[in-house]
Amino acid sequence: MSENLLEIKNLHVTYKTDDDEIFALNGVDLKVRKGETLGLVGETGAGKTTMALSIMRLLPDRVGLVTQGEIFLEDVNLMKVTEADMRLLRGQDVSMIFQDPMTSLNPIHTVGHQIAEVLFLHYPNAATDEIERKVDDMMAMVGIPAERKAEYPHQFSGGMKQRIVIAIALACNPKLLLADEPTTALDVTIQAQVLKMMNELKDSFNASMILITHDLGVVAQICDSVAIMYAGEIIEVGAAVDIFESESHHPYTIGLFGAIPDMTKKTRRLNPIDGLMPDPTSLPPGCRFAERCPRCREVCSSERPGMTPMSATHGIKCHLFKSDEQRRAAQ
Amino acid sequence: MSAPLLETKGLKKYFDTSLGPLHAVDDVSLAINAGETLGVVGESGCGKSTLGRLILRLLEPTAGEVVFDGQNILSYDRRKMKEMRKQMQIIFQDPFSSLNPRMTVSEIIAEPIKVTSALPTQDAILERVFELMGIVGLAERFVNTYPHELDGGRRQRIGVARALALNPRFIVCDEPVSALDVSIQAQILNLMMDLQEEMGLTYMFITHDLSVVKHISNNIAVMYLGQCVELAKTDELFENPVHPYTQGLLGAIPVPSLSARKHFNIMKGEVTSPINPHPGCRFAQRCPEATPRCAEPGLELKEISPGHFVSCYSHI
Repeated sequence: MSENLLEIKNLHVTYKTDDDEIFALNGVDLKVRKGETLGLVGETGAGKTTMALSIMRLLPDRVGLVTQGEIFLEDVNLMKVTEADMRLLRGQDVSMIFQDPMTSLNPIHTVGHQIAEVLFLHYPNAATDEIERKVDDMMAMVGIPAERKAEYPHQFSGGMKQRIVIAIALACNPKLLLADEPTTALDVTIQAQVLKMMNELKDSFNASMILITHDLGVVAQICDSVAIMYAGEIIEVGAAVDIFESESHHPYTIGLFGAIPDMTKKTRRLNPIDGLMPDPTSLPPGCRFAERCPRCREVCSSERPGMTPMSATHGIKCHLFKSDEQRRAAQ
Repeated sequence: MSAPLLETKGLKKYFDTSLGPLHAVDDVSLAINAGETLGVVGESGCGKSTLGRLILRLLEPTAGEVVFDGQNILSYDRRKMKEMRKQMQIIFQDPFSSLNPRMTVSEIIAEPIKVTSALPTQDAILERVFELMGIVGLAERFVNTYPHELDGGRRQRIGVARALALNPRFIVCDEPVSALDVSIQAQILNLMMDLQEEMGLTYMFITHDLSVVKHISNNIAVMYLGQCVELAKTDELFENPVHPYTQGLLGAIPVPSLSARKHFNIMKGEVTSPINPHPGCRFAQRCPEATPRCAEPGLELKEISPGHFVSCYSHI
C-alpha cells in the first residue's frame, strides 16, 4: 500500500435526473504511484471528469452518486471522510486544475487574493505577511512577476491565467494534483510552456499527477503511465511504453491512434472509428465497445470482458486477450 | 500551374479601438489554385479568421483586393455580391453556435437555397435537402430534428451540407474540426476530402492544428500577428521550415510517440499586442535569432526557393 498514493477500487458513479439514470462510471480500478504522472485519456463523455470529481468529492449534490466502490488516498478512504475533513483535504492533499482558466478564476478578486485564499483556509493562524510572502513565491514559481498580484484575471492572457490557477492548486503542496484538460484552451506554443512547467513543479513538490486529456500527443510528452477510458470504464492501462510501443492493444486504443493525422507519414485517408459512444443511460450488456469494434465476436455482445494482465504494468479489457486462467474459468 | 481561383493582394483590415488601430490582417497576399487546399495556420489572435471573413466580404477590408476568378469582388455592389456568394461559402468552427437552435435540420440546409431563390418549388428544395443530407452522410430520419438533439459530429455535417447547398466552387473552412473529438474529427476530415475530390472544391482551411493542416492542405500559409510569415508547399514547409516562428510552432506540437519526447521544443514569451505594432519583424521579441536589424521596417515576403516564401531578415 505504501507504493500507491491513490487507489480506486471498483468505482461506480451514476447521475440521477428526473427522467434518467446515467451510468457515468462503471467499475473503475486505478492505482497512482507516488511521484507518477498518469495520463487519463478518452473522448467527451467517457467519464474522465466524473472520475476527478469523485476523487475531490465534488460530484453535484443529490445528482451525482457514488453507488459502489472505494477511493483510498494513502490510507484514508475518501468515501468515508466527513465533509468537514474533506474540506481540509482539498487543496492540502488533493487539488484540481480545471479546464478553462477563463472561467475558473473569480473575475472580481485580484489574482494575489485568490492565491492567498487557499493559504488562509489551510493555515488560519499564519501571519498576513507570511502568507503574502508565500503568494509572491508561488507567482515567481509559475513565472509571473509578483508585482502583478494586485491585478485582476481579465488583465492576464489565457496562458498566464492558467499559470495562476496552477499556483493556486500548488499553494499548499498537495500530494496529488488532478489536472482536467489544463492546456486544451491554450495555443500550442503556450501549451508546451505550461506542460513543461507543470511537470517540473510536480517533480519539485514531489507530488503525483493525474492528467486528464484527449490528446495522446500531450500524454506521450509528459506521462509515465496511461489509462484509456471508454464509456465509464478503463479499457486499457499501462506504462507509457506499453501504450505507445507495445504490439497488443485494445481495438479502441488502436482506433484512437488511427484517427490522429500522423505527422510523419503521408496518408490520404484517416481511419476513424465508426459510430458513436453508447448512450450512457442504457449501456449494452457485453463489451461497451462491441458495436463499433472491427474485431467484434459473438461473445462480445453478451459477456463483459475482464481486465487481462499482459505484463506487470500493462492490462487490457477485451475478449481478444483472455488469459489462460480466464479461459479455464469460462469453460 | 493553373491560374489561381482566388487571390488576395495586399489585403488589410484595421479595427479601430480606443487604444489605436488594431492590425488584424496586415498586407496579406495569397493565392489558391482551383481544386487545391490552402491551409492557414497560426495561434489565436493572429488574424486567420478575419482573413477568411475578408475574403467572403463578411467584413469590409481596409485596403487591398480580393480577386475571385479574375474579378476583384470588392468592387461589386450588393446585388452582384449576393450572386457571387453562391460560389463562395463558409463552414464555421463551432457547430453548437453556428446553427440556429429554432430551425430544423431541413430549414437550416434549405435556407441558402431560399435566400437566393435558387430552386422554384418547395418540393424541389426538399428533394435537394435530402440529396445534400445523403452527400454528407446524415440519415434521412434527422430531417425534422433540431440541432440540440444531435451530437457535434452530426451538427458539423449540417454545417457542411449548408455550405454545399448552392454548389459553391470555393469554401472557407474556419476551424471546422476543432470542437470535435478525434474520432469524429477524422470522420469529418475524410468527408471533406472526399467532397473535394468529387466536386472539385477549393478550400481555404483555417486551423491552429498543424497535424490536421498537414493532412489536408496542398500549400500552407503561417500567420503571425496579422501577417503571413511563411508560405510553402505542405511537404516543403514540414521538411524545411525556415522562419523561426514556423520552427517553434512545429517544435511545440506534442507528437503521440515516445521517441519524440526529447525534441519537445519550447518557444518563449507570448503573442504581443496587434494594436499599433512596432515596425519591423513582429516576431522579433520572441525570436531566438533576433538581431538589431529585425527592428527595421520594410520586411516583406521573399521567395527563397521556388514556391517557398519567407518574411525574415536572416533569409534575404
